[in-house]
Amino acid sequence: MDAATATAVQLRLTPELQYVLRLADTGLVHAQRLSEWCGHAPVLEEDIALTNMALDLLGQARALLTHAAALEGQGLDEDRLAYWREHDQFFNLTLVEQPLRKPGAHAPGGDFADTVLRNFVLASWLKAACAALQTSRDETLAGIAAKSLKEARYHQQHNADWVQRLGDGTEESARRMAAAVQRLWPYTAEMFEHDAVDEAARTSGLGPARQDLRAAWQAEVAEVFAAAGLTLPPDTPFRSTGTQGRHSEHLGYLLAEMQVLQRQHPGGRW
Amino acid sequence: MSAPAAESPRDEWPLFEVFVRPKSGLDHKHCGSLHAADAKMAVQLAREVYTRRQEGCSVWVVKSSDITASDPGDRAMYFDPMEDKVYRHPSFYELPEGVRHL
Repeated sequence: MDAATATAVQLRLTPELQYVLRLADTGLVHAQRLSEWCGHAPVLEEDIALTNMALDLLGQARALLTHAAALEGQGLDEDRLAYWREHDQFFNLTLVEQPLRKPGAHAPGGDFADTVLRNFVLASWLKAACAALQTSRDETLAGIAAKSLKEARYHQQHNADWVQRLGDGTEESARRMAAAVQRLWPYTAEMFEHDAVDEAARTSGLGPARQDLRAAWQAEVAEVFAAAGLTLPPDTPFRSTGTQGRHSEHLGYLLAEMQVLQRQHPGGRW
Repeated sequence: MSAPAAESPRDEWPLFEVFVRPKSGLDHKHCGSLHAADAKMAVQLAREVYTRRQEGCSVWVVKSSDITASDPGDRAMYFDPMEDKVYRHPSFYELPEGVRHL
């Protein structure tokens, strides 16, 4: 491998590329977080379910990154994009990079309630996005969306059940679920922000602007929350900016772990 | 949705038996068991564990405690499987065309 491919990728960013990377990176980073549960879930069957969801999301991310590499036009591929971009070249929702599991007593991270709630709000969001993307003028994107929609539906159902089960379970589980809602809610605003990338996607027929997803998402979430005895928190002024390439302190650590081997052995074949 | 409080944490995850009929299959076959909090979750997890979410397959789950099994101790009663009484086997019928899976 020549030196050029052993250096960090500098993207030739267009609104279209950023739009696709927002979806791809959200799936990739969320899959990475979910896979941290492997072997640690409350029960064996849920362990399998969580890792299966991670696999689905990783599959979606691979397809989207491959497509993003083609759009970018420098001859990159999914691996170069996953392992050789710095954090400011990632465009995932800030929500998905937040720690999910507490590796130690004093480490950041949440509990199982955080996990099912995050899965639920994201799956609802991806479901709305994929449904709209099926009619994208970009045929590859439309194809990926059609395939991803089935998976998003399943993820949404599975985790909606859990949100209800915990919200409407014991006193302890209800308390934890409510606490998870409080912690997570400020990060949901970013799912519906609107900027030039969204505007370009909407006007060019590439896909929905994030604003366009809000009504469908809100309806689903409200229904499940009502059944779970949870209240939707009011909007907060906090705004996260991962989709702009400006991330929380957690993404750097996540990438360091995810990318270390590729960077130690540039050009290795696996 | 919320179940009555369980006696012990072990009771919160009763055992379910899983029967799956594949997409082009004719009958449900027992393929294993799993623990789940309720039947709905058992179906979901069965899809996850036993079918890899293949489209078009049917899943049944039954609480293991609802299954009554024959007693292995009764085998002595069935010592004579009627092998020597061919007239007791339905093996002398001509099947009309078009009857399959019999």
